[in-house]
Amino acid sequence: MFGFLLRRVLSTIPVMAIVALFVFSLLYIAPGDPAAVIAGDQASPADVERIRESLGLDRPFVVRFGEWGWQLLHGNLGTSMFTGLPVVELIRQRLEPTLSLMAVTLVFAIVAAVPMGVLAAWKVGSWLDRLLMAFCVFGFSIPVFVVGYLLAYVFALELDWLPVQGYTPIAKGLWPWLENLILPAIALGFVYIALIARITRATMLEVLSQDYVRTARAKGLGESTILFLHALKNAAVPIVTVIGIGVALLIGGAVVTESVFAIPGLGRLTIDAIVRRDYPLIQGIVLMFSFVYVLVNLVIDLSYMALDPRIRY
Amino acid sequence: MALLEVENLQTHFRTPSGINRAVDGVSFSVNAGETLAIVGESGCGKSVTAMSILRLIPEPPGKIAGSIRLNGRDLLNASAREMRAIRGNDISMIFQEPMTSLNPVLTIGRQLTETIRQHARLGAKAATDRAMEMLQLVGIPEPGRRLAEYRHQLSGGMRQRIMIAIALACDPKVLIADEPTTALDVTIQAQILDLMRDLKARTGAAVVLITHDLGVVAEVAERVMVMYAGRKVEEAGVGDLFRSARHPYTKGLLGAVPKLGASLAGADTRLVEIPGLVPSLKNRIAGCVFADRCASVTNVCRSVAPALELKAAGHLVACHHARREVAAA
Repeated sequence: MFGFLLRRVLSTIPVMAIVALFVFSLLYIAPGDPAAVIAGDQASPADVERIRESLGLDRPFVVRFGEWGWQLLHGNLGTSMFTGLPVVELIRQRLEPTLSLMAVTLVFAIVAAVPMGVLAAWKVGSWLDRLLMAFCVFGFSIPVFVVGYLLAYVFALELDWLPVQGYTPIAKGLWPWLENLILPAIALGFVYIALIARITRATMLEVLSQDYVRTARAKGLGESTILFLHALKNAAVPIVTVIGIGVALLIGGAVVTESVFAIPGLGRLTIDAIVRRDYPLIQGIVLMFSFVYVLVNLVIDLSYMALDPRIRY
Repeated sequence: MALLEVENLQTHFRTPSGINRAVDGVSFSVNAGETLAIVGESGCGKSVTAMSILRLIPEPPGKIAGSIRLNGRDLLNASAREMRAIRGNDISMIFQEPMTSLNPVLTIGRQLTETIRQHARLGAKAATDRAMEMLQLVGIPEPGRRLAEYRHQLSGGMRQRIMIAIALACDPKVLIADEPTTALDVTIQAQILDLMRDLKARTGAAVVLITHDLGVVAEVAERVMVMYAGRKVEEAGVGDLFRSARHPYTKGLLGAVPKLGASLAGADTRLVEIPGLVPSLKNRIAGCVFADRCASVTNVCRSVAPALELKAAGHLVACHHARREVAAA
C-alpha cells in the first residue's frame, strides 16, 4: 500500500520531465522569432542578432534545456521578456482567481451532475431522463462565452442578483469571493456537467442491472440507499476518472471565462503572453497547468483504492 | 389459512413484440414450516413467480395481477413503503448467483447489518453482534474477520452462506430460495441444503424452493409444484410425485434425470429427453401448453386447455389424459 503510494508519486516525475522538455521545445516549434518581436518593427537585422545573443537564443538546444531545467528545479522559471518581472511572481499573483474559479466550478459541477446522472438512470426512458439528457446535449453544444454573456445579462444586469464581473480575493470574506464566482462557475461548468452527468447515467444504468442491486431491493432497503450507496459506489471509478480527465476542459474553459467575466487570473495572463510571444511566461504557465493536471490525476488514481476494495496495486 | 397464498398470479411483461405472459394464472400456498418446491425447465416462469411474490419485478414493463396473501394480507395492495418493510423481514430471498449477489464494494458486515438495522431498529453494536451470531449460525469460521472482508475475498460456498445469513437475519416467515445451489459444486450443494434444512427446522419458516434439480427436490421438499410455460401443470406431495407422476411433462422431467450406476448395470444409458422447446409465451395458446411436445397428444389437447383437477388425494394435474392413465394403472 505504502509502496504503491510511493511508486505512484515518483512516477509523476518522468511525466513532468517529458512535459518540461515539450514546453521548452515550444520555443523552437512555434513560428515567429521572439528576438524579432522584442526588437520591434524598426530594428535592423544587427539589432535582432544582438537581442538574440543577449537572450542566449543562439546557443545549442541541449545546453539551453539543461540550464533551463536546472533553474526550474530551483523554482526559477526565468524572467518575463515583456515586463521584466520573474515568471514565478507573475503566476503567483494570478493563481488565486484561476484556482478559485476551477475549484468552485469543480464542486458545483460534481454536486449538480452526479445526482442528475443518477436520477436519469433511475428513471431511464422517462420524461425526466429525456429532459436531463437534452440539457446535456445543450451543455455540450453551447460555447462557454455564450452561456457566460447570457448569465451575466439575466442575473447581473436585468435581475441584479450578482455582480457582472470582477474578482474579490478570498481573504476579503467567503461570500464576496463566492458571489463573484457563481456566474463564471455556472458558465464554465456547463460542458463539465454534461460530461459527468452522461457518464454517470451510463455507468449507473449498467450497475442498476446487476444482481447485487436486486439483492439490495430484496433486503427492503430504501431507494436512496440503493441508488447512492449500493449502486453509486460501484459506478464511482469511471465517474471519478472522467472528472479527472475533464479538468483539462476546465483549464481551457477558464481562459475564455476569465475574459468574459473580467477575472484577473491566469487566463488573461496566458492570452497576453501569447499575443506578446513572451516565451518564458508561456512556458511557465503551460508547466503550471500541466502540473495541476498531473496532480489531479494522481489524486484520482489514489482515490480508486478507497472506492473499490478490489483495486490493490 | 396458509401462511402464504398465491392465487391466480399473472405476471406479464410488455415487450415491443407483444405481451409476454411469463406467469399465467398460477395458484399455490405454503404453510409455516413447510417446503414447497417449484420445478420446471429454464424459462418456465419459476424465477418470475418468486420475484413476483416480493414484487421485485420492475413495473413497467412488468405487471403483476392476481393476489399474493401473507397471513391474509394482500401484498399486491401494499404501498412501496409497506413492501420495503416486508422484504428482507417477513419474506426474504436467496438468489441463484452467489458470485454476483453480494455488493463488491461494501463489506460483508455492512451488507449484513444494514438489513438488520433496517428492520430491527438496533444500534450499530447490537446489529454487529447479531451479524456475528448469524455468521456463526451459517457455519462461517472467524466471523469477526469476515465482517470486514469483501465479496472477492470469499469462495462461492461462503458467499451463499452469507446470502443465507442475510436472508435469515430478521427471522423471516417465508424464505424464497431461487436455485440456491445451482452455481455451487456438489459437495458444497449438500452442505448448503443441510444448512437450509437445519435453519428451517430451527426457525419454522415456510420455504419456497425454486430449482430444476429433482435431486434437490427429493432431498428437501415436502410438496412439489411443476410449472410449464408460465402455468402450473402438476402439484403433489414429494413422494407421490416421484412414485406416480401423472403429467407427461413431469414424467419427462423425471426420465431426463441421470441415474447413478445405470450404465454399470448394463442398462440402456440414453436418457429420455423431452423433444422440442418451451413455447413462446407471447402468443396465447388455445389448448394445452405442452401439446406440441407431448407424446400422447390428441385433438382435444390442441383445442381445450386442461383444467387443474384433483386426480388423487392432494395430487393436482392439468392433463386431459391423466385420469385415463390412472384408470389403466
